[in-house]
Amino acid sequence: MSTQPKIKVENLKLWYGDFEALHGVDLDIYEKEVTAFIGPSGCGKSTFIKTLNRMNDLVENVKIEGTVELDGKDIYKKKTDLNLLRKKVGMVFQQPNPFPKSIYDNVAYGPRTHGIKKKSELDEIVEKSLRQAAIWDEVKDHLDRNALSISGGQQQRICIARALAVEPEVLLMDEPTSALDPISTAKIEELVAQLKNDYTIVMVTHNMQQASRVSDRTAFFLNGHIIETDTTRKIFTNPSEKETENYISGRFG
Amino acid sequence: MSSKLLKGLVYASTLFTFGILGYLIFYILFNGVAYLTPSLFEWEYSTDNVSLMPALITTLYVVLGTLLIATPIGVFTGFYLVDYANRNNPVVKAISIATDTLAGIPSIIYGLFGFLFFVVYLEWQFSLAAGIFTVTIMSLPVIIRATEEALIASGMSIRQASYALGAGKLRTLFNVVLPVAMPGILSGVILATGKIIGETAALIFTLGTATQLPQSLFASGRTLSLHMYILSNEGLHVNEAYATAVVLLVFVILINGLSTLISKRLSRGGK
Repeated sequence: MSTQPKIKVENLKLWYGDFEALHGVDLDIYEKEVTAFIGPSGCGKSTFIKTLNRMNDLVENVKIEGTVELDGKDIYKKKTDLNLLRKKVGMVFQQPNPFPKSIYDNVAYGPRTHGIKKKSELDEIVEKSLRQAAIWDEVKDHLDRNALSISGGQQQRICIARALAVEPEVLLMDEPTSALDPISTAKIEELVAQLKNDYTIVMVTHNMQQASRVSDRTAFFLNGHIIETDTTRKIFTNPSEKETENYISGRFG
Repeated sequence: MSSKLLKGLVYASTLFTFGILGYLIFYILFNGVAYLTPSLFEWEYSTDNVSLMPALITTLYVVLGTLLIATPIGVFTGFYLVDYANRNNPVVKAISIATDTLAGIPSIIYGLFGFLFFVVYLEWQFSLAAGIFTVTIMSLPVIIRATEEALIASGMSIRQASYALGAGKLRTLFNVVLPVAMPGILSGVILATGKIIGETAALIFTLGTATQLPQSLFASGRTLSLHMYILSNEGLHVNEAYATAVVLLVFVILINGLSTLISKRLSRGGK
């Protein structure tokens, strides 16, 4: 376990118009670990994960204060190259959202965006990414099929492959299994356990068992605050805060 | 009981709508087809032979000229309004309201504006240019609205997916959003085309009613609809007016068929 955090968040506040959704959040995210965010609906965990690749910039009337450092550099500085940031910090969304294009073109979209044109090189990236996302065997014979024609669980793994194809350093997953059936969910959880060997993973989840199964570290969110951050084992067996314990044991949420 | 009543009402309404449409088409064909003589398609118009050929070609000129100007402007305005502008900005709101208002203005007002501005003030006389510019302004709201709706309907989710991969706005718009929105945008362009083909009031004061084929952008001509209107107005060639209506009908059906085909192609081959 490295000691230098990959992402360091300090006193992050976020407003949607007049509504303060995050009240000064501090968090360290470490390299090649899975960090899970848990907490009840509306606690700010999804809002928070989107600040890490600045997806909140797309929402109107959002105001952000505080710092988010990636490898020691504040990503909210004016001169930050957003496209480069998002290449480094990839994202998988709650609803599978493949483009209405072929499976191949979906995965090749990112590399093409960043200037890779050679067919042989693209072929290689597509295959590698699909293998990493554990879906190569299922789709290798029909890469030209429309990505919307396959099942939801497969679509989500295509989306993961698509995110991996740009070789990100960090992968953000915003409730990636909440729209999927249990079998697909299990597949994605296995995949996450694999991927953490190469990537830093941040995952929002509604499902506490999922957090305890896949993550190394857990942050518990409540009403726009982080109540407690610790190793997942500690959070789930012996939390320091009363509120964490109440939530973990199902007394609310 | 009430569901049966409703069902009856639905069928009656459908029958009514298609009945009227069918009657209209039948009536036009019945009155027009017999007068569709080869002489009606001669290159020159004369008072003895009111050939519709010059009008047919002028219609093509007007439609193509208008679409050439209105499509890029309208589509790019739609892009701006949906993907670039801040919805709460007063200027953007003003543009939106203006677009809606423009769509609801009777065409004769456009005609008067075109007459005063293009024909009189810019001294273009009754001309192809004045006509094209006038109907361009008329068809802009249709194209803008259709583009806006198609872009909004394409959804935030695929845009987010593209941004999250490090793609910029332009790449996202052209490579991800546009293929999805294309059929919708195209149907707006078709709607505008229909509007242009059927237009008379706005053109009578701008394009004028010259019977010959315009030899330059600053020469007057007449479109098929205008030709028809004038023929039936003069009362001397009502039968030929019906024949013109048949041609107009075929023209519209052809354009609709063609654009459906294109839109199917586009949405199938969107890569």
